[in-house]
Amino acid sequence: MGMTMSQKILAAHADLNEVKAGQLIEARVDAALGNDVTAPVAINEFNKIGADEVFDKNKIIIVLDHFTPNKDIKSAEQSKKCRDFANDKGIVNFFDVGDMGIEHCLVPEKGLVTAGDLLIGADSHTCTYGALGAFSTGIGSTDLACAMATGKAWFKVPAAIKFNLKNKPSKWVGGKDVILHIIGSIGVDGALYKSMEFAGEGVAALSIDDRFTIANMAIEAGAKNGVFPVDAITKDYIGARAHTVYEADGDAEYEQVYDIDLATLRPTVAFPHLPENTKTIDDVGEIKIDQVVIGSCTNGRISDLRLAAGILKGKKVARGVRAIVFPGTNEIYLQAMREGLVEDFINAGVVVSTPTCGPCLGGHMGILAEGERAVSTTNRNFVGRMGHVNSEVYLTGPAIAAASAVTGRISDPDEV
Amino acid sequence: MGKAFKYGDNVDTDVIIPARYLNTTDPAELAKNCMRDIDESFAVEVKEGDIIVADNNFGCGSSREHAPIAIKASGVECVIARSFARIFYRNAVNIGLPILECAEASEKIAAGDKLEVNLASGEIRNLTRKETYKADPFPPFMLSIIKEGGLVNKIKKELKR
Repeated sequence: MGMTMSQKILAAHADLNEVKAGQLIEARVDAALGNDVTAPVAINEFNKIGADEVFDKNKIIIVLDHFTPNKDIKSAEQSKKCRDFANDKGIVNFFDVGDMGIEHCLVPEKGLVTAGDLLIGADSHTCTYGALGAFSTGIGSTDLACAMATGKAWFKVPAAIKFNLKNKPSKWVGGKDVILHIIGSIGVDGALYKSMEFAGEGVAALSIDDRFTIANMAIEAGAKNGVFPVDAITKDYIGARAHTVYEADGDAEYEQVYDIDLATLRPTVAFPHLPENTKTIDDVGEIKIDQVVIGSCTNGRISDLRLAAGILKGKKVARGVRAIVFPGTNEIYLQAMREGLVEDFINAGVVVSTPTCGPCLGGHMGILAEGERAVSTTNRNFVGRMGHVNSEVYLTGPAIAAASAVTGRISDPDEV
Repeated sequence: MGKAFKYGDNVDTDVIIPARYLNTTDPAELAKNCMRDIDESFAVEVKEGDIIVADNNFGCGSSREHAPIAIKASGVECVIARSFARIFYRNAVNIGLPILECAEASEKIAAGDKLEVNLASGEIRNLTRKETYKADPFPPFMLSIIKEGGLVNKIKKELKR
């Protein structure tokens, strides 16, 4: 029996000719990632192991992105702990305020992940890098601590679900609508413990940013990873970076195969309080909103900002709505300035934040009061995710979010 | 032996330990806010040896290890669910918080039932209902991590060799 793309990457990093779903393996990691919430726990555990040095100073990435610029004294102390550790161990890829960004936007931008890599991160959205044909998956702080010491991690080899994509999405349909549609179909545990492997001619119709968004939310279906084949679009993005292309065997085994016609998809909204509660924009009805959030590791990339600014340019955010844009990285922020997008946002009455995970996880920079509703391009709409337990988050792509900011209710981008 | 706290499907890590309390790594501090956004009384009522029982996909969402740490520091002896989200599963194993997958237990146990769990055999005894359920056995590799008291202890031993 052949192997899936994910299984091939795992096998190569475990120095095995073959792996099977369910097999427990130990594999080398090309990089291990942590942030200001998860790295402090990992540092505690690393110190318990008693290793003097990290396994490779170039292969550990620490990004201070969740509660930064620090929101309170306790989070400042968490950041300081990361900073001191990075200095002490000589961590090369340590990103502090000024050169940080939201980790899953920053890591690919800095060229720290490439096709064929095995990357683990103490952040559930580490699965984002599957967009580049890497095997990347979220793990916990103890896993990160052990990987920092040994350069290895344990894995249960996942089975896989294949998504055959065909045709091209229509004007307002992007990566977010594709992945929300899929999660709406299979459920928040529809891919539990499994790989989501994307394939078919429709892949070519998805930009690298669309792919980042799709792979990013594989975890919201319970998946271990989401992965795209490496094609001309991937190679254009990774440029001169050394990489290895892995392809699924022709006789690879998939537990399920879904055929998805991208042309039939509509802009999609996930209603509270689970990403699987999806409706197309046509079935939403009248839902008034208090806040719009555009950004995050899911939709904080330049193409997301272009789409949103294109809708908001020359218009005004509705009275009574707070609209917040947070670019994924300083480089994306700069690019948005060069293109005049920041000016378009500010003229429309939008506030543009520094890069931070901030409101996505109810950290800071846009917390909701009791009874308030937000339309957000982020990835989770769990109870209390963005603030009060009686607040609500509606997940969408940047087109619906921008249109909704203008109308004050969840709106079809065609309306504005 | 302990009392069951019963929850439904998709108990996510945001309700187990909300992000607003993630500015600390202190287990005792985290335990004070454990389950706060799904059950405000949990942190007050939970006692050493109590057991959390839930349905599908327990621990979905974020990778925050603070979630199993908060549960363990609350004194919870074991979490029983029909299924677990994968990062929560590995985090629980890695920090030595016992978890058991058992559909029958998830179905039949009610809040407040007195339970006794044998981790070695996977046997769950419901003393209130006088029933016994059998959980899926733990794979030996993961059992070895739990027996060492977590992955860090296991790695520590291996590095010393």
